[in-house]
Amino acid sequence: MKALAGGYARARDVAHAVDLLAKADGMGRVLAGGQSLIAAMNMRLSTGDMLVDISRIDALRGVTVDGESLRIGALTRHADIGADPLVARHAPLLAQAVQHIAHAAIRNRGTIGGSLAHADPAAEFPACVLALGGTIHLQGPEGARTVAAEDFFIDIFETAIAEGEILTAITLPLAEAGEQHLLIETARRSGDYALAGLCLVKRAAGYRLSAFSVGPRPVLAVAAMERLDAGDVAGAVAALRAEIDPPGDTQASAAYRRHLAGVLLTRALHDLTGETA
Amino acid sequence: MTEAFRDRIDIALTVNGEQVEARVPAGRHLVDFLRLDLGLTGAHAGCEHGVCGACTIQVDGQAVRGCLMLAAQADGAEVWTLEGLTEQGVIRDLQDAFVARNALQCGYCTPGMLASIKELLDMGGVPDRATIREHLSGNYCRCTGYEAIIDAVETVAQARAGKGAA
Repeated sequence: MKALAGGYARARDVAHAVDLLAKADGMGRVLAGGQSLIAAMNMRLSTGDMLVDISRIDALRGVTVDGESLRIGALTRHADIGADPLVARHAPLLAQAVQHIAHAAIRNRGTIGGSLAHADPAAEFPACVLALGGTIHLQGPEGARTVAAEDFFIDIFETAIAEGEILTAITLPLAEAGEQHLLIETARRSGDYALAGLCLVKRAAGYRLSAFSVGPRPVLAVAAMERLDAGDVAGAVAALRAEIDPPGDTQASAAYRRHLAGVLLTRALHDLTGETA
Repeated sequence: MTEAFRDRIDIALTVNGEQVEARVPAGRHLVDFLRLDLGLTGAHAGCEHGVCGACTIQVDGQAVRGCLMLAAQADGAEVWTLEGLTEQGVIRDLQDAFVARNALQCGYCTPGMLASIKELLDMGGVPDRATIREHLSGNYCRCTGYEAIIDAVETVAQARAGKGAA
């Protein structure tokens, strides 16, 4: 089908974008890479949007090390994240994720900020930022604020972004020496949404584990993390299966997704540490 | 509607090396602009939600989905479609290999295939078959079963590498 947009405006900078959103009478919709939004518009899942195109705001693009954290501008594209030396060094989990996100042509346009703001529960980047304990930076009419990743994802396609706010950047702690990252997922075909997926981070202080495509939002598997820290792999698998609430659909049943998540954890630990369950 | 937002947007861009100026509806995606407004029917509109890859074109040197980019967003961009790429002769060898290997039947996916493959071949080297498959995973073909397409890409990559070494 064909999209039915209410209007279009190109933002010069973040302040202009916030101003445009405020003028949109509640119909404002931020357009970045458009790889989810334009698909939704074409399917008429969304009509009458007043599009605020932020994709030309250069200040929102790029990766830098800012003190003790890695700062990724919201408009940094998937393909750029996959090729960025700072990401490879300080947050390799994101570089791994890129290999799983859709297809090359979509990775050329899609942005990390768009992925987080869209909050598809099957998407990789939200789960990565959750596992890494990242921070999301927002700007709105009241000024700038930050939200911890653990408080950011609320429900399907729903985040802590308030009306009129724009996601401007993500900051992540720099990987410490010896820190290990692993993203593992199962999909029916390359580039499809995962049936289930996990992000596993091993730090000196302990494990971090998040799961995606297993519920209405990415899940930080706190109980499983605690069992992993105790060296109890079987306990961690059981805990993970208990703390996710996967949907059943035409791709996979809920029971299969729950089973798969546990299998993936066992595989991930094997890949990371050589341990077997 | 407030004045800041427009339902028709003036754009100026380059399409196949030619300057184009137009006024486009806000919701018009780039493939419809190319096909319906400019008459460039090389890029095909298939699923229109980014899954099938038939609309893949080259924008600012990169393969992108023509259905997942608004024409309004292409203001200032350099766009190449199959017509322009054919005229320039930059994928002549690839097109010949497609014919030689029977890498198309109905042809609906072919323009998008070629745009995606061009990006892969432009990276240089000889990608292995798994890499070719992965790169083309976002381009559906319902006729060939893909083997002939992979064959064609592999042949051209090898031929180009051989030429470069000679």
